[in-house]
Amino acid sequence: MNMTAVSISKIVKRYGKKKAVTTALHGISFEVQQGEIFGLIGPDGAGKTSLFRVLTTLLLAEEGTATVDGFDVVKDYKEIRKRVGYMPGRFSLYQDLTVKENLEFFATIFNTSIEENYDLIKDIYSQIEPFKDRRAGKLSGGMKQKLALSCALIHRPSVLFLDEPTTGVDAVSRKEFWDMLKRLKEQGITILVSTPYMDEAGMCDRVALIQAGRILSIDTPQGIVRQFGKKLLAVKAGQMLPLLQAVKEHVAVADAYPFGEYHHVVMKGDGRQELADYLTKKGFEFELKDAEPDIEDCFMGLMKEE
Amino acid sequence: MRTLRFLLQKEFRQIFRDPGILRLIFVMPVMQLMVLPWAADYEIKNIKLAVIDHDHSSYSRNLVSKVTSSGYFILTDYSGSYTRAMERIEHDKADIILEIPASFEKQLVNENESTLFLAVNAINGVKAGLGSAYLRSIIQDYNREVRTEWIQFPRFSPETTVEITSSNWFNPLMEYKVFMVPGMLVLLLTMVGANLTAINIVKEKEMGTIEQINVTPVRKVHFILGKLLPFWVLGLLIFTIGFIIARVIYGIVPAGSLFTIYSFAGLYLFAVLGLGLLISTYANTQQQAMLISFFLMMIFVLMSGLYTSIDSMPDWAKAITRANPVTYFIRVIRMVVLKGSGLADIREELLTIGGFALVLNGWAVLNYHKRS
Repeated sequence: MNMTAVSISKIVKRYGKKKAVTTALHGISFEVQQGEIFGLIGPDGAGKTSLFRVLTTLLLAEEGTATVDGFDVVKDYKEIRKRVGYMPGRFSLYQDLTVKENLEFFATIFNTSIEENYDLIKDIYSQIEPFKDRRAGKLSGGMKQKLALSCALIHRPSVLFLDEPTTGVDAVSRKEFWDMLKRLKEQGITILVSTPYMDEAGMCDRVALIQAGRILSIDTPQGIVRQFGKKLLAVKAGQMLPLLQAVKEHVAVADAYPFGEYHHVVMKGDGRQELADYLTKKGFEFELKDAEPDIEDCFMGLMKEE
Repeated sequence: MRTLRFLLQKEFRQIFRDPGILRLIFVMPVMQLMVLPWAADYEIKNIKLAVIDHDHSSYSRNLVSKVTSSGYFILTDYSGSYTRAMERIEHDKADIILEIPASFEKQLVNENESTLFLAVNAINGVKAGLGSAYLRSIIQDYNREVRTEWIQFPRFSPETTVEITSSNWFNPLMEYKVFMVPGMLVLLLTMVGANLTAINIVKEKEMGTIEQINVTPVRKVHFILGKLLPFWVLGLLIFTIGFIIARVIYGIVPAGSLFTIYSFAGLYLFAVLGLGLLISTYANTQQQAMLISFFLMMIFVLMSGLYTSIDSMPDWAKAITRANPVTYFIRVIRMVVLKGSGLADIREELLTIGGFALVLNGWAVLNYHKRS
């Protein structure tokens, strides 16, 4: 039952020639099980899109091997193209064709029809169906995204690659989008999704934190948080910037960074009392409390370790 | 096959939805064919002539009136000094100076010979060359008239003269338009074919839609045919419109068969579309594609024999014209439209263009990758 949908082994991707070589992926390896939602989380330029393009057979990796649905991305690329769905980060459907024409077009080039797989996309497509005669270029951002997802799903792919699907989408639509993904998962589709938003990690079954072409950690979201293993405090005061400076100077503090309306302070040991005394002596009127680490804290911590 | 049908359907839908492209496709040929042939006329007219007459005799007056009545010259200055006439040239008020010496008539009558002086502004080489040639032939004509006037008796001229009569084949009136319009039609076809295909494919690159196609199982051949065929059809449509304009406005009726022309045009379009495809595989933005095809088009136009005769080019330039597909079609269309050549006569050109089509398309297909 626990089959591997995507397996990646020591993938290296370099761009540029001779002098100006940038390495986008430094020998990345991981596996994605069938039917899971796997999140690839990292900031812009971490190599998420490069990895997706290697897996969707658009880009050749310099080193390493990868398989999707059991097929090699180099040798059996034709098979892979039949069974993956890819939604690039940028809206890339035909803007001068209507919603229905776009969907029909992608259905026919996969040798299928809208009717055949309507049940799979019904949830999503029914929301934009009232606008089916509108040109894709004239749709709102959220509707474009739904259309793109419908087009990526129309041939009933076994693995779905979504490259930053929620970038530039409002909070309500993002929530809706993740709900849609959950329902697709129930249909047995493996979903790889990349995102720069740490708060979306919790929606995934497992996540890989990626930074500068290297995987920092792979685990369930809860597992990653558990790995944090250090004391985390949250501190707030009237003057936030001098406060951050002062906190960073204290010996018991490993790291401090702004986090919403608080600063998060990672402690080397316990030292909460010492920090409080120190800040009082410095003349801050502050509020100090314990905080629960989340994925973003873990990411910051892992980045520092690198 | 089914895939190709849907690719074609999509392509035509997009073309007919873009009002800009449609306007370009239909208005451009009409404008070009209606305006350009009138301007691209080699016959030099309205040459500004400055005459310095030091003689003021009946002979000199005769000569001047003969020159001006030819219709090619406009007498802009009739002055007494060379300096003044030269000034006129410097201010671009005159193109040619004709100086008649003081004793022109006397010398002609007494010594049977006289001299004239011509000074030509050679900034515009074509105008200078043709202008002075016209003037020279008018003066020679005048010379003969003067002579026959004197040698009325005896009736048989002691001097033998050779008179030349010419007859123009295939274009009896030496009409420029008959010669230029078919050539322009070829240029139109080339521009539309190469530009539109190149830009269309590069647009898919820019919009990112090509990526979306690349992850599908669509075969490379189908995708490329889906791009070529619509523009092949459009190209022939424009060609037809052009022929109708040529017939209605300029009265040009091909002497040869339309079948011959269309067979060649069809094959030629594949070569040109292949060129567009090739450009698109190298260019990443529409600007790049435009500039590349613009650069190529300049060379194609000037090195095709449309405006200047290939025979008078230096050898290295002739070699370039042989590598230019436009050259062959211009030669063929002139042969068929003016001379009435048939398929057998253009065999060689057909084979060459077929070769161009194969090489350009083959190169483009090899260079087009569904993945990088």
